[in-house]
Amino acid sequence: MLESEAIEIIREGVAAATRPVMLYSIGKDSSVLLHLARKAFWPAPPPMPLLHVDTTWKFREMIAFRDRVAAEASVELLVHTNSEGADGAVTPFTHGSDYYTEVMKTAALRQALDAGGFDIIFVGARRDEEKSRAKERVFSFRDAAHQWHPKAQRPELWNLYNTRLDAGGSFRVSPLSNWTEADIWRYIAAEDIPIVPLYYAAERTVVRRGGQWIMVDDDRMPLLPGEVPQRRRVRFRTLGCYPLTAAVESTADTLDAIIAEVLAADRSEREGRLIDHDGEASMERKKREGYF
Amino acid sequence: MRPTLRLVLCGSVDDGKSTLIGRLLCDSNQVFADQLQKAEEDSRRYGTQAGATDLALLTDGLQDEREQGITIDVAYRVLETPLRRFVVADAPGHEQYTRNMATGASTADLAVVMVDARKGVLPQTARHTRIVAMVGVRHVVLAVNKMDLIGWDRARFEELAEEYRTVAAEVGVGEVVAIPVSALTGDNLTRPSGQTPWHAGPTLLGHLETVELARPAEDQPFRMPVQYVNRPDPDFRGYCGRVASGRVAPGDRMLVSPAGTSASVESIVVWQDTSDRAEQGDSVTLTLKPDVDVSRGDVIAAADDPPQVADQFRAQIIWMGDEPLTAGRPYRMRLHTCEVGAVVTSIRHRVDVSDGSKLAAARLELNDLGAVNLATSRPVPFAPFEQSRELGGFILIDRATSATAGAGTIAYALMRSANVKWQDFDISADVRSALKSQRARCLWLTGLSASGKSTVANQLERRLVIEGRHTYLLDGDNVRHGLNRDLGFTEPDRVENIRRVAEVARLMVDAGLIVIVSFISPFQAERDFARALFDPGDFMEIFVDAPLEVCARRDPKGLYAKAMRGEIKNFTGVDSPFERPERPDLRLDTERLSPEECVALIMERMA
Repeated sequence: MLESEAIEIIREGVAAATRPVMLYSIGKDSSVLLHLARKAFWPAPPPMPLLHVDTTWKFREMIAFRDRVAAEASVELLVHTNSEGADGAVTPFTHGSDYYTEVMKTAALRQALDAGGFDIIFVGARRDEEKSRAKERVFSFRDAAHQWHPKAQRPELWNLYNTRLDAGGSFRVSPLSNWTEADIWRYIAAEDIPIVPLYYAAERTVVRRGGQWIMVDDDRMPLLPGEVPQRRRVRFRTLGCYPLTAAVESTADTLDAIIAEVLAADRSEREGRLIDHDGEASMERKKREGYF
Repeated sequence: MRPTLRLVLCGSVDDGKSTLIGRLLCDSNQVFADQLQKAEEDSRRYGTQAGATDLALLTDGLQDEREQGITIDVAYRVLETPLRRFVVADAPGHEQYTRNMATGASTADLAVVMVDARKGVLPQTARHTRIVAMVGVRHVVLAVNKMDLIGWDRARFEELAEEYRTVAAEVGVGEVVAIPVSALTGDNLTRPSGQTPWHAGPTLLGHLETVELARPAEDQPFRMPVQYVNRPDPDFRGYCGRVASGRVAPGDRMLVSPAGTSASVESIVVWQDTSDRAEQGDSVTLTLKPDVDVSRGDVIAAADDPPQVADQFRAQIIWMGDEPLTAGRPYRMRLHTCEVGAVVTSIRHRVDVSDGSKLAAARLELNDLGAVNLATSRPVPFAPFEQSRELGGFILIDRATSATAGAGTIAYALMRSANVKWQDFDISADVRSALKSQRARCLWLTGLSASGKSTVANQLERRLVIEGRHTYLLDGDNVRHGLNRDLGFTEPDRVENIRRVAEVARLMVDAGLIVIVSFISPFQAERDFARALFDPGDFMEIFVDAPLEVCARRDPKGLYAKAMRGEIKNFTGVDSPFERPERPDLRLDTERLSPEECVALIMERMA
C-alpha cells in the first residue's frame, strides 16, 4: 500500500511537471525513492534527472555509490557544488554548522534548482523524521524564492493533488511522506535495494566529539586537543556530511539486524544529524529558507 | 505488513486533541527519548501544563503553534502496535483552519471526535462531524475528554454521548462509539481506567486496534483512471494508474471512458515482471490490445459495467477559497486524474453547520458547506462519491492563483448521459466550413470600453465579406438588447453574459462561420473559459489595447464621464478591474495603429 501510494504520487508529479527532478542525497531514503521511480515508469527509465548537491564533505563511499547507481538506473546525474563555498572556503570546521549548511546546502540547492528551472522536485522526506516535516503536504508549494509558507499551505484532499503552478513557484513532492524509518528498512530488505555500505556496522576510525562518534573519513578533518582516533564497530542511521553526521555503536551488519535495531531504538535517527540542533525550530526555519 | 488504519483527530479548539495524540504516542512507546526530552524543554518555555510535560508539543511542530499554544495545520504521525499500524492526523480545531482539518479528514478511515466534558457539543464539533461525513469517513469515535475535571460524572457522559449521537445521525453517521477519557492522565486511552467501572466499552486504543473496517466490496467493477501514458519506444505503450476499484487480469475486456472505445488487457506490468492480476489500491501499468488511443484523465473500466459519463452534476461543496464562491465563475476542476473547466451553475443551499438546516444563499464563504449544481466543460467519467471516493471526489482550483478553492463530492449527474448523449451527425463542422471555402473560427476581441473593439470588428467583418467569407459579429452592447436582456451587471450576471456569448459563438463556429466577438470581457478566467470551448487554433484572443487615459478621452458614448461622476457602478477601468490578457494571440495597439492596419494584422494572423 505504501509502495502503490508512493508510485501514484511520483506519476502525478511527473504528469504535472514541465521540468521534474529528483533530489538524490545518496542515503537510504533516496535509494528507496529512486527504486520507486524506476518501478513507476518501467520499462522506461525514470523521466527525470537526479540532482545531487555535493558539499564536497560527503563520505567517500557515498560518492562512489552514487556514480554506480545512477549508471545502473540509466538516469542522468546532475551534481552541483556552490562555487562560492568550495575550495575549502566554507567548511564545517571553519564555520558553524548553521552557516555551512546555509552556504553549501541551502544556497547550493537554490542555485541548482534555479539553473535547471525545475518545477516538480521529488524529495525523500518522511513525516516521521521531524515534527515540522510532519506538518508538510505531499505536494508542498514553494514560492519563486523557494520558501515554504507553513501557515498558508494548500488544502490537500483525498489523493487529488493540486499541481497547478500558473502563478509561478515550484513543488517539493514527498512520495515517502507516510513511511517510517522501519518501513524504509523493511522495503529495502523486501526489494533487495542496494544501499551505501556505511549503513552496516563495521570497524571504522572515529573520534569522540560532543558526546558523539564522528568518523575520520579523510585527512581534512582537524583533530581537537585530546582527540584520539580509534577503531570502533559503528554504523550510520542517517548519512550526510561526514563531519556533521554521527555514527552509533552497533553490531548490526545485516538488514535483519538493522531492522531489529531500528525497532528497538529509543533515540530518533535525526539525533545523529548535528544541524537539527541549531536552535529552536531549526528545521522549520531552514525549510522556510529553502532547505528540503 | 500490519493492516493500516488511517484516522483523524478532530473537535473544537482546546478539546485536547494534540495532548491526546501525544499521550497515545507516549503510552504506546512510540516516542524517542530525544524527542520527549525536547518536548520537556519546550514545555518549560511554552507549556500550558505549569511545568509538567505538555504532550501537545510533540505534534505541534510549527514555531507559531508552539508560541501560540494552538494547532494551525494538520500533523501526521505513525503509530504501530502489534495489531495495527496507524497514520494519525492531528487536525486543528480553530474555525479559520477548517480547510486544514478537511485535508486531514479526507484520507481517514475513522474519525475520533473529541469534546471537552465541561463544554459539551459545540458548533465546531458539529461542523467537524459534518465535514468528516462529507469527505467519506464512515467510522466515528466520540472521545469525551477531561472527564477528570468533572469527577468522572457518568450521567454527564451519557448525556453528552446522546446529544452527539443525534448530531451524527443527522449527518448520516450511523454508529458512534463513545469513550470517557482523560488525555492528560491517560485514563481509558491505552489502559482501562479505575475511575469508570461503569464503562463497559473498550479503551480508545483497544477500539482502534479491533474496529472492523468496511472492506472494499468484492464485486465492484474494475476502474482505473489513467495517470500517465508511458511510451518509451514505438514498441511499448503502457497506461499507468492506480486501480480505483475491482480487479483485473490479462484478457479482460475493457472500455475506455469517455471515448467508449474497447480493447482487451494484454499485460499488467509491474517492475521487471508482468503480473497475472491487480486489484483495488495497486499502482500498475496496463497494455491494451488493440492499442487504442488513451490519454491522462480517461478511465479504463470493465467493458460490461463502465462508469457513467456526464457534464452536469449535483454536488456537496466545502468552500476553502478566500474569495467566495458565486454561481457562474469558472474554475478548474480536478476529478480523479481528469482536469476540466467547471462552473457552478447554481447554489442550491448553504448548510447551517450547527443544526443542518438548509439556507438559501447567493454565495458560499470560506468554510461554508453547501449543495450546488455544477457544469463541466466536457463530459467526464465519474461515480457518485457514495460509491467511490476515487471517482466521485473533486477539487475546484482558482484559475488566477492556482489555489485550491473548494472540495466537493458528486451526488449524482443531473442528466444521465446514457440518455442524453452528444448526437453525432453526418455533417460535421469541417464539412460546413469546407462548403463555405473557409476555416471557421472565433476571433475574440477584448479590451477597455472605447479601446477600438467595435471599430476594428466592423472593418474586419467588411473586409472578410468583401473576400467572400461568411461571418457574424457578436457585439457586447447589441447582445444585451436580446439574448442577454435578463442580465444585469452584478458579478454573477456578467459571468453568465460571457458564458452565453461564448456558447453562441461556439455554435456559430460549428455552423461554419467566422465569428467576431467584440466584448470587454475583463477577466482572464472568462476568456480562458471561452477558449476552452473551442478546438485548439479555432479561438484567437485579440487584445485591443489602448491606455485608460486615451479611452477615457475618446469616450464616444460619454460613459467614462458618467462612471467618474459615480453614475455608473462597476465600470471596467474605473471602479472595476481589467485584467490584461496574459498571452493574447495578437495585441493591437490602437493608439499607434489605424483600424486598417489592425485589420491587416488580424488577416495576416488568420492566413
